[in-house]
This record gives sequence, C-alpha cells and structure tokens, in this order.
Amino acid sequence: MASLSADHARPGPPAARARRKTRRSLVGWKFVSPFMALFALVFLAPIGYSIYLSLYKTRLIGGTQFVGAQNYTEAFQDSQFWSGFGRVALFLMVQVPIMLGLALLLALAIDSGRLYGAAFFRISVFLPYAVPAVVATLMWGFMYGTRFGLIGNLDKAFGVTLPDPLSPDLILASIGNIVTWQWVGYNMLILYSALRVVNPSLYEAAAIEGAGQFRIIWAIKLPALRGALMIATIFSVIGSFQLFNEPSILKHLAPNAITTYFTPNYYAYSLSFDGQQFNYSATVAIVMGVATMIVAYAVQLRGMRKAG
Amino acid sequence: MTISRRRGVLLGASALAVALAATACGSSSSSGKSSSSSGGAQSATVSDADLQAALTAGGNLTVWAWEPTLKKVVADFQTKYPNVHVNLVNAGTNKDEYTALQNAVKAGKGVPDVAHIEYYALPQFELAKSVANLTEFGADKLDGTFTPGPWSAVKKDGGVYGLPMDSGPMALFYNKTVFDKFGITTPPATWDEYIADAKKIHDADPSVFISNDTGDPGLTTSLIWQAGGKPYTVDGTTVGVNFASDPGTQKFTAAWQQLIDGKLLAPITSWSDAWYQGMASGKIASLSIGAWMPSSLESGVKGGSGQWRVAPLPQWTAGAKASSENGGSSLAVMQASSNKKLAYAFLKYATVDEGAQSRVDNGAFPATTKQLNSPDFLNKTDAYFGDQKINQVLADSAAAVTPGWSYLPFQVYANSIFNDTVGKAYVSGTKLSDGLKAWQDASIKYGKDQGFTVK
Repeated sequence: MASLSADHARPGPPAARARRKTRRSLVGWKFVSPFMALFALVFLAPIGYSIYLSLYKTRLIGGTQFVGAQNYTEAFQDSQFWSGFGRVALFLMVQVPIMLGLALLLALAIDSGRLYGAAFFRISVFLPYAVPAVVATLMWGFMYGTRFGLIGNLDKAFGVTLPDPLSPDLILASIGNIVTWQWVGYNMLILYSALRVVNPSLYEAAAIEGAGQFRIIWAIKLPALRGALMIATIFSVIGSFQLFNEPSILKHLAPNAITTYFTPNYYAYSLSFDGQQFNYSATVAIVMGVATMIVAYAVQLRGMRKAG
Repeated sequence: MTISRRRGVLLGASALAVALAATACGSSSSSGKSSSSSGGAQSATVSDADLQAALTAGGNLTVWAWEPTLKKVVADFQTKYPNVHVNLVNAGTNKDEYTALQNAVKAGKGVPDVAHIEYYALPQFELAKSVANLTEFGADKLDGTFTPGPWSAVKKDGGVYGLPMDSGPMALFYNKTVFDKFGITTPPATWDEYIADAKKIHDADPSVFISNDTGDPGLTTSLIWQAGGKPYTVDGTTVGVNFASDPGTQKFTAAWQQLIDGKLLAPITSWSDAWYQGMASGKIASLSIGAWMPSSLESGVKGGSGQWRVAPLPQWTAGAKASSENGGSSLAVMQASSNKKLAYAFLKYATVDEGAQSRVDNGAFPATTKQLNSPDFLNKTDAYFGDQKINQVLADSAAAVTPGWSYLPFQVYANSIFNDTVGKAYVSGTKLSDGLKAWQDASIKYGKDQGFTVK
C-alpha cells in the first residue's frame, strides 16, 4: 500500500513537471480572465482614474493644473470633511451595536423555539429590508414631520410637544432609527442562519448536563455566532461610512439640519455636483475609501484574534 | 448588508464617473476656449435675411429645456419651417440640467444647440465661454423688446448671452379669506406692516403663519435686491461679496430677524408636500414670490380657488414702488453648437416672435414689453384669484425692478451652501446677519479657490 502510493506520486522529469505546472496555471488564468477583465474595467480603472484626478486641480479661471498632493493636504486640514467623518464615526459607534444587539436578541428568540408564530415574526422583522431605502427614508420623513406627520398627530392627540426628530440635534439619531429599522431583520437573518447550522446534539448534551437556556446561549450559541457577527459588523462598518441615501433625501425636509458635508460621501457628492470640484471630490472619496478599509481591516483582525 | 447602501456607493460611483468624464477633457476645453472667444461689442454680422435663409435651408437643432410651454412653440416652429427639425430634450430641471450641460461642455460632445438657463446661472456659463455672444446675430438691436430686469440679466459688458424667455417680478400672493379672518383688510404695504400682520395672525392662532421660510437663497437675495442692496459686485473675473456692510442687506436682516425670532414664519420648506398642504389648509397665508407662481398655485392648491389675491410686494420705504426679480430664465445658444445661426433663429422665434405670444397664452409670464403691455394680457381675469386682474399688479412689478443687481459667476454653488451657513439662523441662536457673513466668507473662499480675484 505504501509503495503503491509512493509509486503513484513519483514525480516525473523536472522539465515535464515545470511544463505541466505552467500549463496548469495558465488554464487557471483563462478561467478567471472574464472576471479579471470586468474587475479591471469597472473597479481598478475607476479607482486609478480617481487617483489620477486627485492629483490635479481644475479651476473656473485658469484651467487644469497638476498640483501633486495638494488636494490631500487640503483634505486633511478640511474641517468640513472631518466633521462629516466624525459624524459617521459616532453613528458607527452608537447605531451598529444597537442594531446588532437587537438582531442578536431576535435571532436567539426565534432560534429558542419558544416563539409562537416564529415564521411570521421572522418575515415581519425582515420585511423592512425589502423596502427600498429611498422609499423607507421618505416614509420615515413623513412620520417625523412635526406639523403634518405622525409626530404632529401625536402632539395634537396628547397635547404634548415631542422633540422635532428633524432638528439639527436629533437628525443623526433619526437617521440611525431608519437604518436600524431597515437592517435589523437582515442582520437577524445572518445570525439566525448561523444558529441553524449548530449541531442539535450539542444542545441535547448540554441539556443532559443540566445546562439552562442562558448557559446554552453563552457556551454554545454565542461562540457559534462569532463568525457571522464579525461579517455583520464589517458590513455595518462599511455601510455607516458610506451613509448617503438617508441624509440626501432628508435634506429636502430638513435643509438646515443636514449640511452639504453631513457625511463624507454626501460631501463628495456636493463637491462635484454643486461645486464642480471634481478633483477635490475624488480626493475626498479616496481618503474615505482608505479610511473605511483601515477600519474594516482593524475590525476583522480583532475578530480573528478572538477566534484564534 | 447592502442593497441600499450599495446604491449609495453606486451613486457615489456615478458621481465619480461624471467627474471623470468631465475632467477627462478638462485640458481640451482650454484650447476650445481660445478659439471661441468672440469680442464683446461686435456689430451684427448676420442680417435678418441671413436668419431667414438659415430657417428655409433647415437643419437639426437640439434644445435642452424643462419649460412646459416650449413644447407647443417647438411644434408650431416646425410647422412653419418644415426643414428644421427640433429635438426638444428635458435634461433635468435647473441644477440637474446645469450639471449635465457643464459636463457635456467639458466632454466636448453631446452639447445641445440651445439651452434653457435661469438668470442667476447664466453668468457662470458666460464666464466659461460656454454660451455664445449673440450680438453678432443682432441681439443687441433688441433693446426695448424685453423688460429691463430680464434684459439686463442676459447682458454683460456689451455682449448678449441669451434671450429672456420669462421673468419673475415679485409680488405678494395672499389668501384673502385667511387675511379677512384675522381682520387684515388690506395687504401689508410695508415690511413693518407685514411683521405686524404676521404677529396678529400668529397670536390669534399659533398654527397659522403669514408665510413660510426655512432659508431660501432665492428669496433672500431677491428681498435684498428689492431693498436696494448690492452685495455682489462682478467685473470680469474680479468679484466682490459683501453682505456685512451692505445697506440693503441690513434692512432685510433687521426685518427678517424679527420674523425668525418671533417664530412667525412656518418652518416648512417651499415646494415640499407640507408646503402645498399648508397653503391648502390656510396655515400659510401668503407668499412673496415670482410672477410665475399663479399656474403652480392653481395646480398645487386647487382648493384655494377664489381665495387668493395678488398685491405689490411690501416696501422697505413707505410709499416706494420697488420690486425685484425672483427666478426667470433665458434661452441661450451654446458656443459648441455647429449651427448657431439656426439656433439663434429659433431663439428669436421662441422669445420674441410667435413663440412669445404662444407661451403667454399657455400661462407663462412674459419678459417681452409687447406682451406685457398688451390689453389682452393686462385685462385678463382669473377666477382662481377672484377675477382680479392680477397681470396688472405683476406688470407694474416688472416695471419697478430695482436696477443694478448682479449675481455671482458661481451663484449655483453659492446657493447650494446657503443652508450650511445662513440656514443656521433658522434652527439655532445664530443671527441672520452672522449667517450671511458666514455665507459671504464661504463664497469668497470658493471664489479665490476657483481663481477669481476677490475684492
């Protein structure tokens, strides 16, 4: 048996082996080439072009000039950019834990098997995800209205004056509410599907050992969820940094609460569409992209260290 | 996680793509510029006979416009000149169209022959030499054809860069039923009276406001204009922005600060659903707005029929008769057009000849003196306005527009950041004058950054 397998694995002459290796690797490239071509066209080329753009400056008077890293030094000193950055960072630190915490609770509740009408519960929590973000924001925007919206109706019905969700102080929390409403079901589903693959014999064993529900959650379910939680966290980090739809739509309802530099993405949009500052807009987009990558990578490293 | 968030990314990406397309040809546009700069005060080199010949010969024209009354004008034009084919494209409304237009100009292709450009945005296109100087086609001879406000808005340094299509002399549109209910028998003649009326209404019923405002650059600049302010000075590439020590601005801020402090203006943004609802339910009692408003009122606030009236804008000085423009737009010939002669012939048809009358008949407010002074127009009554001859009030306003106003050559951008700066006065303790100062600073910063000499 040993000799047979050794015989089977005997290497051919070095030249033939090298040739086979090259051929094999070429075959691989042929398979991925359609993807690589598209990837280069729609991903690498725009990034490369943005970097190219960010090294120039076009003015209304004086035309286009090469300015090297000037746009970048400007971006690092731009208080408007950093205020937008700070806002999404705050959003990330507050909204993401709340949303994922809720999603975790819901997933555990459904998985516990003690819920009556679990399927209905699951679909109704998930449903907001099926509503397009633009529609969801418009809908919430109407409800937030203190004059003609739900808040206005509540004020009138109970004779109270609720705080205005579209005021500058509360607008970020209001956006957090919309995003949570929309994404909690989606995250719940990621976590729930991770729970479904846990081997039921583990629960049986735990029950035999006399473990209660909380002990089972702590010792079996949460460790099983670690990978899924990390994925959900990374998605949420990226989503927070790219916050755009909600502020851009609510700006029509609350023009003074949402500035043109409310989030970095919205700032980049305003710069190019209102200000014709395409070069600086590209710079902001690149800085923000790099920052997102760093934060997402840091989260991933941390998640993996825990796992290991 | 991310259908919606990906859409955000996509939007961002498409923004970037537009940016790419736009700047890709940034270098070539400078070469285009030098070839296209035609002298300011050229005498006409194209006669009316030449224009007629161009119309008979025919050709294709692409027109970008969002003004609904142009549809009929284009159809009639093609019937009259069967050899001309006009492709009327709605490339977006105001800012959206300007973005598309600027991108097309930079890319050097897809530029229309004729574009619809509002007065406040025209200087930006004129500065970039994107629009043609129409004096070579004899546009300078149209002096007196148009009312003074619009005519001065399309002229610069002896050149004419568009022909006025409509105008928006300001007036006070008010709901008489609501005014009557609160014992206001005559519309306010001065802004002081307006403030007093605002208090009267709001004290009697806190849910009713004399008007709405959440910070609107168009309204703010128009009222400063009416007060005789000249915060913007433009001389070629030298610009000045001065709200801080402009007397007209100070008149405006003194009055408006009282309205804001007293919470006398409904915190409802114009053109929102809440705005229409507010007017329909009588919670917003009046609007200081351009003469193009009647058709929007009639379609947006149907229930207000018979209740609304039009009065002259309240005055800053008792007994005065000053007015200003709010909105209004021109048609311009693009420099990149390959058939400028034909394009100009269309412009003339649409704004001066048959088109002007056709557009007025369909509800547009004219910029031409002929239509504005015609008895048919002036004596027209409108059941929506209780059979008031509103055009008389509006025409008087057109004649009383304070001369000497100019917008910045980058007004589109300046307006986009208005709510970042002045908007604070509406939602926090910031004073309106400080907000305007911040707007001034931000505008100056942008101007310098874009290579203007700022005084």
